[in-house]
Amino acid sequence: MSGLTVQDIVKPENLVYKKTDLMTDKTLSYCPGCGHGTAHRLIMEVIEELGKEHETIGVAPVGCSVLAYEFMNVDMQEAAHGRAPAVATAIKRVWPGKVVFTYQGDGDLAAIGTAETIHACNRGEKIVIVFINNGIYGMTGGQMAPTTLPGMKTSTSPYGREVVAMGNPLKITELVAQLPGTYFVTRQAVHTAVAVRKAKKALKKAFQNQIDGKPGLSFVEIVSNCNSGWKMTPVDANIWMEENMFPFYQLGDIKKDGQLIEKK
Amino acid sequence: MGELKLMKGNEALAEAAIRAGADAYFGYPITPQSEVIEYLMSEKPEERTGMVVLQAESEVASINMLYGAGGTGKKVMTSSSSPGISLMQEGLSYIAGAEIPCVVANVVRGGPGLGDIQPAQSDYFQAVKGGGHGDYRLIVLAPSSVQEMSDFVPLSFDLAFKYRTPVMIISDGLIGQMMEKVELFDQMDRLTDEEVIEKYPWATNGKPVGKERRILTSLDLDPHKLEKHNHHLQAKYREIEEKEVLSETLHCDDAEYIMVAYGSSARIAQKTIQLAREEGIKVGLIRPITLWPYPKKEIEKYVQKGIKGFLSVEMSMGQMVEDIRLVVEGRTKVEHFGRVGGVIHSPEEVLEALKQKLIGG
Ligand SMILES: Cc1ncc(C[n+]2csc(CCOP(=O)(O)OP(=O)(O)O)c2C)c(N)n1
Ligand code: SF4
Ligand SMILES: [Mg+2]
Repeated sequence: MSGLTVQDIVKPENLVYKKTDLMTDKTLSYCPGCGHGTAHRLIMEVIEELGKEHETIGVAPVGCSVLAYEFMNVDMQEAAHGRAPAVATAIKRVWPGKVVFTYQGDGDLAAIGTAETIHACNRGEKIVIVFINNGIYGMTGGQMAPTTLPGMKTSTSPYGREVVAMGNPLKITELVAQLPGTYFVTRQAVHTAVAVRKAKKALKKAFQNQIDGKPGLSFVEIVSNCNSGWKMTPVDANIWMEENMFPFYQLGDIKKDGQLIEKK
Repeated sequence: MGELKLMKGNEALAEAAIRAGADAYFGYPITPQSEVIEYLMSEKPEERTGMVVLQAESEVASINMLYGAGGTGKKVMTSSSSPGISLMQEGLSYIAGAEIPCVVANVVRGGPGLGDIQPAQSDYFQAVKGGGHGDYRLIVLAPSSVQEMSDFVPLSFDLAFKYRTPVMIISDGLIGQMMEKVELFDQMDRLTDEEVIEKYPWATNGKPVGKERRILTSLDLDPHKLEKHNHHLQAKYREIEEKEVLSETLHCDDAEYIMVAYGSSARIAQKTIQLAREEGIKVGLIRPITLWPYPKKEIEKYVQKGIKGFLSVEMSMGQMVEDIRLVVEGRTKVEHFGRVGGVIHSPEEVLEALKQKLIGG
């Protein structure tokens, strides 16, 4: 090995990984260690691999990923807070041959946009919804989200989420899985290499369903960290996520090919 | 001559949407305009022209559906009545900011709040002053007949695409519900997908090969860029004010007094003119057809001619009257008369108001 120079290493035949051209070269606006950037990249890799660069329209939310359109190198619309599923519904209805997806946070999708989420799912819109659940409002500075865990401290639940007064965390993914309009519902993560591979497979399946005209909506939740909002280091945030978020938001497929997966 | 039909205003609006080659309608039921979506559903426009019709879960959803589909270059429309239009305000602001063409019809009912389901003109401020947040304008067209409910649909689409801006057709429960003879224009072709792609390079319908992606957003975190965008929007609005004002005058040539009224109130004012002239009172009517841009020059012309006073006749507590006063600037009398809450003024009441507020006073 000792004889290798940099020139040898960068030879094309030695290339093992390349950033997809469907991610722009703009510096991500996300905090270091945040899952948003990884999730963006996986979606773009999937669209590239499926050869749909020129036929995809993405819908960005309001939340930390409001600027998703700066990074995703496909046609994009930036929707009002919570309304991405309505925006995407209409795009798909007038361009049924195109690939349409939304990218939304938990506040966007499960609080202000609950009606749009449920009804797009219930109508079985042939779109993909990617749902980034970090249990908090990242963008606005770490307030309580509908997904915030019981007892979890946020800036609007400074003594911890008190479920009697503030309600229980909403498992909207399990909820939409019950609707006949959803075809594929899964929960993934992107904090480790293994999780990333699984999440990418799930995303690919979701987009493939849409391309194949499968009857219904594909919904991919990604449980993600918000180290800034949780006030932890990125490493601690991932550990905390594994120990606290995953037991409540269990990873894995919930519905496949239009069928709920039986829990053993 | 086009096909003649006896139709409700709401039905004429719906039929005109199909004939104008609209690609989609998204809406949520509310009286007094539910006939629009009912008519569309019964006409099966999907079969007639390929037009998509979808009942949304709310007016919030409908307006955001317009954002989505309109943003892809398709011709899209919604309709609602006052409370529903209030729900759409955030979406309209986004649409104006992102410069997405679309048409929104408001068949106004009595307010505030849930109000009632009778005709009113009390959404004037909301329509012409920009009911949502930020510095933006809607082009606002006010039909005063079932015929215009039909004719203003293709006109609205033309304006919406010419300026990449939302256009509102504002009528009221009276025009929406009444039946009149209408001459329908011939079916226009819907654009093909290829034509849409070719015609509207800004539209997000899939990144063209070898070209930059398109982004539609109303966000700019750089205040200087956002300021620049605002100046761009204002320049567009000035051009619209310069080129797109529409109004009509009736018996203004020899008039000593002028009523200013739009929509249903303009119909009523016509009868008032007749009653007044039988009594020897020389009164005329200016009917703004575009409420924004407002026919300021037309009003100014009659101020210059030395008119003795203007009476704003509107089914509101006095909204449009403010725009007349902005033109007149105290040079002559400007008064308001109108019944509200769904009560429609009679021609006799208007004449009485004219006498008391302008002539006698
Ligand atoms: C109508 C409206 N209400 C509130 C806001 C403020 N706001 C912006 S982002 C956000 C929460 C976003 O949280 P989430 O969807 O979880 O996304 P994250 O930032 O955590 O990824 C809120 C409340 C807004 N922009 N618009
Ligand atoms: S605030 Fe949270 S969600 Fe937002 S970029 Fe930072 S870590 Fe990510
Ligand atoms: Mg969040």
